[in-house]
Amino acid sequence: MSAVAAHFSYWVTLFLMIAGLYILIARGNLMKKLIGLGVFQTSVYLLYIAPGKLVGGTAPIVAAGFTTYSNPLPHVLILTAIVVGVATLALGLAITVRIREAYGTIEEDEILERDRTGER
Amino acid sequence: MVEHLPALQVVLPLVAAPLIVLARSPRFAWLATTAVSYACLVIAALLATRVATLGAFSYALGSWAPPWGIEYRVDALSAFVLVAVALTASFVAPYARRSIAAELDADRQYLMYAMYCLCLAGLLGITVTGDAFNLFVFLEISSLASYVLIALGRRRQALVAAFQYMLMGTVGATFYVIGVGLLYLVTGTLNLADLAERLRGVEDLRPVLAALAFITVGIGLKLALFPLHQWLPNAYAYAPSMATAFLAATATKVSVYVLLRFYFTVFDPAALFDRLPTRETFLALSVAAMILASLVAVFEREVKRLFAWSSVAQIGYITLGIGLENHAGLTGSIAHLLNHGVTKGAIFLLLGGVALRSGAASISVGSLAGLGRRMPLTAFGLVIAGLSLIGVPGTAGFVTKWFLILGAIEREAWWVVGAILASSLIAVAYVWRLVEAAYLRAGQGTRREAPAGMLAAGLAMAGLCVYFGFFTSINVAGASDAASFLLRGAR
Amino acid sequence: MKDDIILRVVAKLLTPFMLLFALYVQFHADFGPGGGFQAGVIAAAAVVFYALVFGLRAGLRLVPEAVAERMLAAGALLYAGVGLAGIALGGNYLDYFVLDADAVHGQHRGIFWVEVGVLFTVSGVMLKLFYMFAGRGGTRDERGGE
Repeated sequence: MSAVAAHFSYWVTLFLMIAGLYILIARGNLMKKLIGLGVFQTSVYLLYIAPGKLVGGTAPIVAAGFTTYSNPLPHVLILTAIVVGVATLALGLAITVRIREAYGTIEEDEILERDRTGER
Repeated sequence: MVEHLPALQVVLPLVAAPLIVLARSPRFAWLATTAVSYACLVIAALLATRVATLGAFSYALGSWAPPWGIEYRVDALSAFVLVAVALTASFVAPYARRSIAAELDADRQYLMYAMYCLCLAGLLGITVTGDAFNLFVFLEISSLASYVLIALGRRRQALVAAFQYMLMGTVGATFYVIGVGLLYLVTGTLNLADLAERLRGVEDLRPVLAALAFITVGIGLKLALFPLHQWLPNAYAYAPSMATAFLAATATKVSVYVLLRFYFTVFDPAALFDRLPTRETFLALSVAAMILASLVAVFEREVKRLFAWSSVAQIGYITLGIGLENHAGLTGSIAHLLNHGVTKGAIFLLLGGVALRSGAASISVGSLAGLGRRMPLTAFGLVIAGLSLIGVPGTAGFVTKWFLILGAIEREAWWVVGAILASSLIAVAYVWRLVEAAYLRAGQGTRREAPAGMLAAGLAMAGLCVYFGFFTSINVAGASDAASFLLRGAR
Repeated sequence: MKDDIILRVVAKLLTPFMLLFALYVQFHADFGPGGGFQAGVIAAAAVVFYALVFGLRAGLRLVPEAVAERMLAAGALLYAGVGLAGIALGGNYLDYFVLDADAVHGQHRGIFWVEVGVLFTVSGVMLKLFYMFAGRGGTRDERGGE
């Protein structure tokens, strides 16, 4: 039981990671796929950020009276990763809008069906 | 100024993109793109000669000393890949003007050039950086740009292809970041050289093994390692001609570079290859790609998709060297980064001309009938590049296969030698379908070659296939240096 | 929403303060949390809010789409320019130490201009995204086959 509690953040990370990947693979709706992708990427943010926090650590600004500081580097990295994630999501949504304009649907099976039959 | 070249290599195309967006003129966009592509080639060549004479060197971005700051590092391997990418760019850029003008609305053309510049910057950045997280950022810059390039294709299927590539590519990049995150948790560093030092002795820790698995699968998705290649055929088939040529010649190759870098310079090759079934895995997957993807190509009706499947097979050749893990095998692999780049680049550039003149959005093998009479020079170039794809002596493809076979013999892996020969025979079958259609079947239409700029770029690249087959001072010598560099730590 | 007097008045009143708050977040970043990313999003949010209340056309009059596009390019150029200034002044790329005789002040100066670049790029990107998604709707048939 203590192994579960001590690695709490890792369990959450793992749950989000697998849930996101599952949604991405199992759902045929392009919007839901993007949501799955978002959840999956979010799990990585947690993977980096959580270990950067030290118990009792403060913000990494040198000041009198503090000796323990949290690690700021993961935050910087993940800020970058979040921006990448936003760019990916924006592009994904933009392509989804264009797909709906061109096919009239955002269901994967219907898109493939319409490609096969050549229907507008 | 020379010491700043590693930074300028990336910054030039990165700056060109916003300039193009500011100017909003297709003409300026083309001029800027071409100028930047040539400048990148010059810089890459200068870096390569400097590495050849003075050895590897590093550049501290923002003057923060590594491993605290981001380090750009140029060594034998990265210099070779830089030259390969910049060389392709210098042929694609002049080609782009007519090709993009024919395939895109006037008000969106400058955006395509901007995306191309970003993609180039990302690919060069991946190659030159010595920082694992910086590598991820460049990976995503180049990937996002390439999704857009593909989505700009003329048919609606391009959108679906781009979307699928985007999902797979993002999962791949995220897997890579998970791997890097685990390595960071174990070592507390992101600098690749520093990582290598700190990982010695802890290779068997579970997080390190998990990181290895995540990075392998993640980068495997990006480089279309069989069976992670599903995104590739559609993406190449529906992208605009210029984007197909550029991506086919560079994007997957740079991902292979990332894999080589991690396998041979970050993780301990001794532990990786002796205690894990890495060799067997890569040999099996590579051979499967070489045989199965080639077979699919034989039965494919659409020409661009046919060559996309052939790309999956050719990536098998490239990863074969990792499985062989000896000097000859790796030389073949690394040389094939360039050899296959010029071969596939030439084919897709020439096919762009065919598509432009036929006016159709897709070219079936049947519609090539009579191409030898309609577009004799284009057809001739296609045949030359096709021969290089097969690996006929005197072409670049032969050089690769020669070294791969040497490597396989050295390992006494006779079944691999057999597989290389079998795959080459299958390549004869699919290239012959084109030759047969172009020269032996009568077609309609009058003689009309592709526009001069497009034709010249395609033929020049086809010429390079022959040049690299006879004069191996660039491809083999560079690849051999890179292979020695990779194996220095090993045996 | 154009007809609701309360919304209209509140929107007119709030928009300048939102922009001001963006500048506060931008320049207070020297002493506390903040910076170009956050400020850029807040500034863009002000314009988006205005466009939501008064309609897309009014928003486009305030910040035309071409301006948003140029903002995002100019910001990126400013960032790269700071990097090149480092080279011009004898340091490495993105070297802030050489931007002033005093190295610490140089860091200050470098980060300041980089953050200005980020502000422009982020708000430009956000606005461009908003305009592009807001300017489209439905399939070709639903728009009446334009």
